[in-house]
Amino acid sequence: MSESGGAAIVALVIMLALNAYALLAGADFGGGVWDLLATGKRREAQRQLIAQAMGPVWEANHVWLILVVVLLFTCFPPVFARLAIGLHIPLTLMLIGIVLRGSAFIFRSYEDRDDQVQRRWGRVFSIASLITPMLLGATVGAIASGRVTGHREGAGFAALYVAPWLTPFALSVGFFALCLFAYLAAVYLTVEAKEPGLREDFRIRALLAGIAVFASAGLSLLLSLHQSGAPLMSHGLTASRFALPVQLGTALAAITALGALWRRRYTLARVAAAAQVCFILWGWGLAQVPYLIPPDLTITTASALSGYTFGFWALIGAGVVLFIGAPLVNKLMHGVK
Amino acid sequence: MSDLLAARSQMAISLAFHIIFAMIGIAMPVLMVLAERRWIRTGDSVALDLAKRWAKGTAILFAVGAVSGTVLSFELGLLWPRFMEFAGPIIGMPFSLEGFAFFTEAIFLGVYLYGWKRVSPRVHLWAGILVAISGALSGIFVVIANAWMNAPTGLTMEAGRIIAVDPLAAMATPAAFPQALHMTLAAYAATGLAVAGVHALFLLRRRDSPFHRTALRIALTVGTPAAILMPISGDFNARFLARYQPAKLAAAESHFETGARAPLMIGGIPDVDQRVVCYGVKIPGLLSLLAFHDLDATVTGLDSIPRELWPPVAIAHFSFQIMVGLGSAMALVSLWAGWLLIRKRELGDRRWFLKALVVAAPMGFIATEAGWFLTEVGRQPWIIQGIMRTSEAVTPMPGLVVPMVSFTILYVLLTIAVSWVLYRQIVRSPA
Repeated sequence: MSESGGAAIVALVIMLALNAYALLAGADFGGGVWDLLATGKRREAQRQLIAQAMGPVWEANHVWLILVVVLLFTCFPPVFARLAIGLHIPLTLMLIGIVLRGSAFIFRSYEDRDDQVQRRWGRVFSIASLITPMLLGATVGAIASGRVTGHREGAGFAALYVAPWLTPFALSVGFFALCLFAYLAAVYLTVEAKEPGLREDFRIRALLAGIAVFASAGLSLLLSLHQSGAPLMSHGLTASRFALPVQLGTALAAITALGALWRRRYTLARVAAAAQVCFILWGWGLAQVPYLIPPDLTITTASALSGYTFGFWALIGAGVVLFIGAPLVNKLMHGVK
Repeated sequence: MSDLLAARSQMAISLAFHIIFAMIGIAMPVLMVLAERRWIRTGDSVALDLAKRWAKGTAILFAVGAVSGTVLSFELGLLWPRFMEFAGPIIGMPFSLEGFAFFTEAIFLGVYLYGWKRVSPRVHLWAGILVAISGALSGIFVVIANAWMNAPTGLTMEAGRIIAVDPLAAMATPAAFPQALHMTLAAYAATGLAVAGVHALFLLRRRDSPFHRTALRIALTVGTPAAILMPISGDFNARFLARYQPAKLAAAESHFETGARAPLMIGGIPDVDQRVVCYGVKIPGLLSLLAFHDLDATVTGLDSIPRELWPPVAIAHFSFQIMVGLGSAMALVSLWAGWLLIRKRELGDRRWFLKALVVAAPMGFIATEAGWFLTEVGRQPWIIQGIMRTSEAVTPMPGLVVPMVSFTILYVLLTIAVSWVLYRQIVRSPA
């Protein structure tokens, strides 16, 4: 297999892992949003449902992110290094969010007593759930806008470590990610909810979140067109050869999901919403291809595949097995639950 | 505080925090499986209760370990991007294998925790066994990544750049076996004796508790053999160091003078400027014997190593002494347990033995931390022995004291929270 073919496969696996992360962990984060925004007389029931639905699979969802990290530093080391240096601040803040969330969730689930402690952890959990998706989105936005350029002579701290991700475009992508995850979570929860009142609660939330997704997507697209926005993205999403099929797919999935929600066909809504998230994610990836970090690091120029032996392909194999093994085991888990 | 020191401190704190939970996550599944097996074989409901409680405790600690592990995988890049850019392709394989093993462990732990009534007892037990195996494997793989840093193999370099990599050869570094064995045994020894100590404390208050007696026996079954074997795996490591990282061994021993029939230094305070050790006990020839199994072998002293390549001698020395001292104490307590068992004494009745267990309980974890200080600080100034210095690997971003302080505060809060939750869980254990 040619070197660039190998690199392309790794890039594909990275996208698949991000996809899995968005669908699984994304819904977890979204759950945190609804935990914070739990209102009405079924407030406690809402929180209970969220805690139950997230349950044991939470700990395992980290592995998708770790897989992305490992694949990046193994196969695209210059990309990894540049992200780790230039985006140190948002990645650190994201990390703090992950730690707070994970810990708050752990302590809330394993604390048997129903007291003030529960409430406090609940707050920590929910607020931290807002931070990570926003920063994750901002990180993606920073990369997509081509501002993560690595070391520049004479550039100050702010220019190197703050400016790339603190742009209107990047922040809008952050907000978009938050809306998307909240939307996904709400749709999932309509299926998880057994009680009709709860179902209705999350149906309304899903519909509202769906509208928020549409609005924030529009905002991001607009900002990408702005002169200091994200030229590669705006071109990729509107004018490239992938643009039309991706936009059509996204629109179709979105309409199906919202329609299904309206008509209370919740399982269909769940599938369609998941598909919508996938289209959005791949829309970004395809808009950016072949760049891993625009404007200069591509899949071929950043790859470290030269001189590798069979051992390396075992790594890819492990990644592939994960994708087959994981859903299987997940099914088992859900059957067990 | 310099940026490099802040980065090193942050990494050290993150690793020191994570390792405790990782060790527990490796060993506790063995305890809970043994308890479950006892229940299946003897119908002892106390054993079932134990398995369930231990599983619950494991779940909490496993989750904290997972979170802190995620932090570490990010910090590798955030703090040491140049190291990762250089070595990433080489250590990627053990890291991805570790991730795979961790994922397997998480899934089967979920089955174990929630599947008590939903899968057959046989399947349930096997889920537990798989948790234990994958936990051990994940620890082994990540230690191999660290082992490579101490004895880098599997790479061909030309003019300071890597031109070829063999990931399998990298994993087969001579440091892999001694380090992986020693760390895995440490997990079982430390956790086993710690759990035994906790239950011993309860037994000192109420002698008549089948729950605590059963728990004690199972915990000792895991902890004592491991603690007794550790001096042997320690020996493997010492011989590895003598050959591949003489500077680390010299610092650990505060061995300033190269020579044959090198003496073993027990205790003492090294004076780096005067190149002597004060208040130590010297045993002639023993270092050569331990390092090479040959009395006449020459052990490299710090005098043969350029001064700027010396690791921090005092830290290496004290860490080493603490680790060996505590490890020896643990081995002795374990031998005592074995002796009592051979003499068919009821362990739960021996008050002095129980008190010794209580004292020994934290030793394994302290010794492990000391050991990691030794192996990491003892490798300085290198991050990859002989190839890359730690100062070359650190991120160029300034102000690293900020993330360091932030994460330290986070870990302190986490520690308090975990301790609180565990305390409430344990205090609620039955009579």
